[in-house]
Amino acid sequence: MIAFLIQTLRIAVPYLFAAAGGILSERAGIIALTLEGFMLTGAFCAALGSYYSGSPWVGIVAGMAGGLLAALLHALATIRYRADQVVVGIAMNLLAVGVTRFFLRLAFDSSSNSPRVPGFGGSETGNAAFASLFNPLVWLGILTMAGVAWLLYRTPFGLRVRAAGEKPEAALSVGVPVKRVRWWAVALSGMCAALAGSYLALDQHQFTDGMTAGRGFIALAAVIFGKWDPKRVTIACLLFAAAETMQIRLQALQLVPSQFVEMIPYALTIVALAGVVGRAAQPAALGKAVD
Amino acid sequence: MTSPAPSAMRPDSAERRQRWRTHFEESILPPLVALAIAAVVGDILILIFGEAPGEVYRLLLEGTWGNAYGFGQVIYKATTLTFTGLAVAVGIRAGLFNIGAESQLAAGGFLAAVIGLAMPAGTPGIIAIVVCLLAAAAGGGAVGAIPGVLKARFGASEVIVTIMLNFIVLALLNYVVAAHIHVAETLHTPEMRVGAMPRLADMSSVFAGSAANTTFLFALAAAAIVWWYLFRTRAGYELRAVGLQPDAAEYGGVRVGSVWAKTMIVSGALAGLGGVNYVLGYKHYYEEGFAAGSGFLGIAVALVGRNHPVGVVIASLLFATLSQGALAVNALVPKQMVDVLTAVVIIAVATAVPEVRRALAASRRSAGTGSRGQGTGQVEGTISNPGPSSQFPVPGSQLSSGSPS
Repeated sequence: MIAFLIQTLRIAVPYLFAAAGGILSERAGIIALTLEGFMLTGAFCAALGSYYSGSPWVGIVAGMAGGLLAALLHALATIRYRADQVVVGIAMNLLAVGVTRFFLRLAFDSSSNSPRVPGFGGSETGNAAFASLFNPLVWLGILTMAGVAWLLYRTPFGLRVRAAGEKPEAALSVGVPVKRVRWWAVALSGMCAALAGSYLALDQHQFTDGMTAGRGFIALAAVIFGKWDPKRVTIACLLFAAAETMQIRLQALQLVPSQFVEMIPYALTIVALAGVVGRAAQPAALGKAVD
Repeated sequence: MTSPAPSAMRPDSAERRQRWRTHFEESILPPLVALAIAAVVGDILILIFGEAPGEVYRLLLEGTWGNAYGFGQVIYKATTLTFTGLAVAVGIRAGLFNIGAESQLAAGGFLAAVIGLAMPAGTPGIIAIVVCLLAAAAGGGAVGAIPGVLKARFGASEVIVTIMLNFIVLALLNYVVAAHIHVAETLHTPEMRVGAMPRLADMSSVFAGSAANTTFLFALAAAAIVWWYLFRTRAGYELRAVGLQPDAAEYGGVRVGSVWAKTMIVSGALAGLGGVNYVLGYKHYYEEGFAAGSGFLGIAVALVGRNHPVGVVIASLLFATLSQGALAVNALVPKQMVDVLTAVVIIAVATAVPEVRRALAASRRSAGTGSRGQGTGQVEGTISNPGPSSQFPVPGSQLSSGSPS
């Protein structure tokens, strides 16, 4: 049972990081289709940083810097130049795939994976599940989600973020610098998602091509399924992770084809959007550009 | 000359010419700007890798338009991209963002392959092909219908639903193929006995050995039909009206929800037809992952083609060239460079469109106040001008000549 919980937590950590970023970005009115791309960029930069410095901590910083860079590009296009958020979001994900592959070949002359890099926990200690308790990123993941909740509901910045996402015109009229608030929100979301990627890379001690494997979209699903509220989103992340854990553990029994378990987060999100279990109402100004 | 009256009464043709010029500038400039930016980024990437840009670009052209096989491969890849590009373009015209082309394409190809497999060996070729085409359209259309209906019925964001459906549909197809109808040791279905599209290479040496096939002609026909539908039918007019201003369209008596649902079905069917290119024209079976990003590339194609069928065909040739050319230059620089360039093009077009539009509007405004008598035709900001002013983009003016949204 405890092993089950720990494994669920391990799987949930990247979702928690990325979903925390997703909440910030979406609550500020910027669609978070880019989580996947930010994660991948973060994972690659973390592996790169850890490889060249020999320290996973430098890897974390490098990963966050990479995510920040990608987020700033996204903010430049969508906020400064008011480009369509969905279009640019899709392109950012393509860009992340392309850039990481390109530099994977440049840096490590490989089209599939990096060499082994220093990371956290892992195989040395024998018990992988238990080792993850000593992985600082696991704890940081939980803290990040709590931090975002505190930021959103307990600080002036959070109030501004919510105003920018709900009623930007009203916020502007009382002097809230909506664009700047959105820049900050996107930048923070980039760093959060990059931490999710860093966790993956440092947990597996290497970067592999496309290693985020749709986790950014599962995080987005969790944000929507959790109705953009940190508490509910956390539950959604844990729920999705528990389903995955269950699937891994029951694999041998062949009760349910793995493909059906894969579908759970996505199917639940569609159901939530269709309003079967209480309508998911997105931030009113989500996706709308501001002058 | 100070009175706005003369220009307001200017003959229709001048105004029309001006409007055409505006549309031309608005449609052509952003893609050109984007391509220039992409070329610069490409240069930088090539230099990072320590190669000469000129040499790489020369190889890229030589490996595509420079020889029969490369040219044929470009045509083959452009075929799928034309279908997915049209799918995305039709959606955007109605104000819908179909990101599900990837899974609609797969579903279309899958259904065509399964139906083709089920038909008896003696079925006449023409019937088999028609049935398979219908199956492909039905497969894609069915997947497209889900976000369409959810949007119409519940207002669910089609962006999110199509993204989530991509994962669901691909996992479902994966399950069906892996668990039920794959050839042992592979991830593809058994080969069909009937319904193969003739290869172009069998008709002309221009396509020597390439996968290009007659589906390309169907793609061109589809582009023509989409153009006719969008700009020459009542349904197409309603579709574009909904895309420009759903509330106004509703007020004008258009049933917006049903247009949304219909459009997503058409969009999905177009994407599904793209599967024919691979299944009927190339391998004659469905294989997992055959779509390989063509659905997402359709977004780039639609965007660069400015959501116009003619533009979509041109843009699909461009991206097909890049994608095939990437293989030709892979020895010098990683082929993933093209993925980067594609993303750069998308971001640049998306960024350039509002910028160009604003710059053009500004220049026209200053032209309108400065040289009113010079035949600029349209005068902005003058109350006495009864014609549509581009300061306030009147839907009607955009509807008539199909400016991209």
